[in-house]
Amino acid sequence: MQLVQLKDVTRTYQLDAVDVPALSDINLEIYSDRFTVVSGASGSGKTTLLNLIGCIDRPNRGTVSVAGQAVHTLSDNALSDFRAQHLGFVFQNFNLLPVLTAYENVEYPLLLARAPKQRRRERVAALLEAVGLTEFARHRPGQLSGGQRQRVAIARALATQPRLVLADEPTANLDSKTGAAIIGLMRRMQRDHHVSFVFSSHDPKVLAEADDAVTLQDGRITAVERRNASAEPMP
Amino acid sequence: MKTLSIAIRNLLRNRRRSAMTLSAMVIGLVAVLLFGGYIRNINYGLQTDFVQRSGHLQIQHKDYFLYGTGNPGAYGIPNYERIINLLRQDAVLAPMLTVVTPTLQLGGIAGNFSAGVSRTVYATGMVVEDQNRMAEWNDYHFPSRPRTMTLTGTPTDTAVIGTGVARVLQLCAPLAVSNCVQVQPAPSASGPPLSADIAELAAAQTSDIKPSASQLPRIQILAATAHGAPNVAEVNVLKAQYQGVKELDDIYVGLHLAEAQKLIFGGEPPQVTAIIVQLHHTAQLPAARARIQQILATSLKEEPLEILDFETLNPFYRQSISMFDAIFGFMSVLIGGIVLFTISNTMGMAVVERTAEIGTLRAIGLRRGGIRLMFVSEGVMLGVAGIALGVAAAVVAGWVINRMGLTWTPPGRVEPVALSLRVAGENRMLAGSAIALLLVAAVSAFWPAARAARMNIVDALRHV
Repeated sequence: MQLVQLKDVTRTYQLDAVDVPALSDINLEIYSDRFTVVSGASGSGKTTLLNLIGCIDRPNRGTVSVAGQAVHTLSDNALSDFRAQHLGFVFQNFNLLPVLTAYENVEYPLLLARAPKQRRRERVAALLEAVGLTEFARHRPGQLSGGQRQRVAIARALATQPRLVLADEPTANLDSKTGAAIIGLMRRMQRDHHVSFVFSSHDPKVLAEADDAVTLQDGRITAVERRNASAEPMP
Repeated sequence: MKTLSIAIRNLLRNRRRSAMTLSAMVIGLVAVLLFGGYIRNINYGLQTDFVQRSGHLQIQHKDYFLYGTGNPGAYGIPNYERIINLLRQDAVLAPMLTVVTPTLQLGGIAGNFSAGVSRTVYATGMVVEDQNRMAEWNDYHFPSRPRTMTLTGTPTDTAVIGTGVARVLQLCAPLAVSNCVQVQPAPSASGPPLSADIAELAAAQTSDIKPSASQLPRIQILAATAHGAPNVAEVNVLKAQYQGVKELDDIYVGLHLAEAQKLIFGGEPPQVTAIIVQLHHTAQLPAARARIQQILATSLKEEPLEILDFETLNPFYRQSISMFDAIFGFMSVLIGGIVLFTISNTMGMAVVERTAEIGTLRAIGLRRGGIRLMFVSEGVMLGVAGIALGVAAAVVAGWVINRMGLTWTPPGRVEPVALSLRVAGENRMLAGSAIALLLVAAVSAFWPAARAARMNIVDALRHV
């Protein structure tokens, strides 16, 4: 089932009054319950693509549809609410709120979604258990290792049972062993929670786990590989 | 939402910076409250002084206040005793009253004719016992003891004069006036001699007066009677008292009411120029005024009377309060400005430091309004903490200063009064300052908060 559709998307940034194209003529479909990896060299437009899919950026041209909603037409508040309900984020630098405990960090999206207290409690407890951090629930990010922080971030991303989780190079700041564990965890969570994950990464271990692989070069998609299917060269 | 909890935790992230900001707020609030407490004390002190001397309200002949002060005969109140009884016996008014007393003010010339000197004076005739009771009014609990009038228990032909009058009348030595060198005036400076008829009149008035048993100096007071004819009274001067203000001190003569009435009205039915009404509490003034106006409009509708409050009677009071209020306002604005920039700077630094955090929160679904609320909450929490600490510190500082035994002499006063800062219990001032500080805190946090809310999410997430 199609979850994300980008049609003729172009994103250009202005640097010192010069237009710098980050993405050009992007056409892409991402399907539900899949583990999709966007790869490419540094500066190829991976993060920009994820930002557009994650509704934190808007295209200069073209349309972006997520979960059947044409998100480029939504107001800022509506877009915020949409992100809170349908999307989860995992960042390279973990981006946990340092003043909140692991429990509270996972709970925060549920607060934004105005989930009742009982549901929040059950959901956070289940997620922390799923990522193996039950005993660290009261620890603040500063008291956790990098791997533990990223696991909290994964739990936070899944808190509101989103349709899609976006992860921008989630293993870049982790050692290879921890990175592999995190990828394994995300893969497990994706299957257990029936949620789609979209990664940006050039880590071969991540690419190996992908159901679908999208390759970018100079702001254009050069290949979309559907695993268990042959690679689809882009026109 | 956990907005307040998160705000407090964020403030505690950089404790040193928060403490510095809080210190600026606390110091500012303490300064405002202590100065406000000082002004309150001046306000209450002036009010107490005026109410003790001239009551809360005065019933006067219509237009006496503006046009009749030099003409007690034309602007007198003839039936004053009936009016006083009416007020004292009024069921609504009586519970509010402490003193209702008549007074007669007149202008004239005081002379020490034996020395060949005279000067214009402004004399006040009073019921001394009533004035003593008025002096007991102390609604604001000042530590000073009530003064007893020098004329208490003296014969009606006794007077008290200002030291300025004593100097001109060359009574420095007999009245033991300090800082007073006896100057023999040049003949030309003494003015023209008394005309023959005035001299005769003075001689006729004083010929009946037996020499006083005491050695008190005597002066003659020349005034126009109600019909415009000159009249002279000779009085014993008991004491020369400094009146606090030189302009008043140079013309003041205090008389018993009966003596003043005899001087102006002679053998005719006596009148007064005002009926002083003193209330238990200043807060009762509007109700008392309304009731007296009702009485004037009904039982006394034939009398051309009007009622004036102490603020109207003493323009200096309103002017002083306005001046201090203006200084207080100016100082508050200055301190408010300093606090505003301090909090704004603190919140601005917090926004810069937490840019990536702002991006994260926006990405996971917090609206722009939520970001604004988060930073404004931090400013407000700083404000609340500043208010709590500032009010507590000001109350303690006021308590300490009030017990240090410091004194000062206000303008127009003769004796020093205790320096008292009224902070505790001044709920209006405390609430006003607290609300103002809270507003300043919220407003100063609002601009950085708005900047944070406007941030582009992608740019914010890129921030290192």
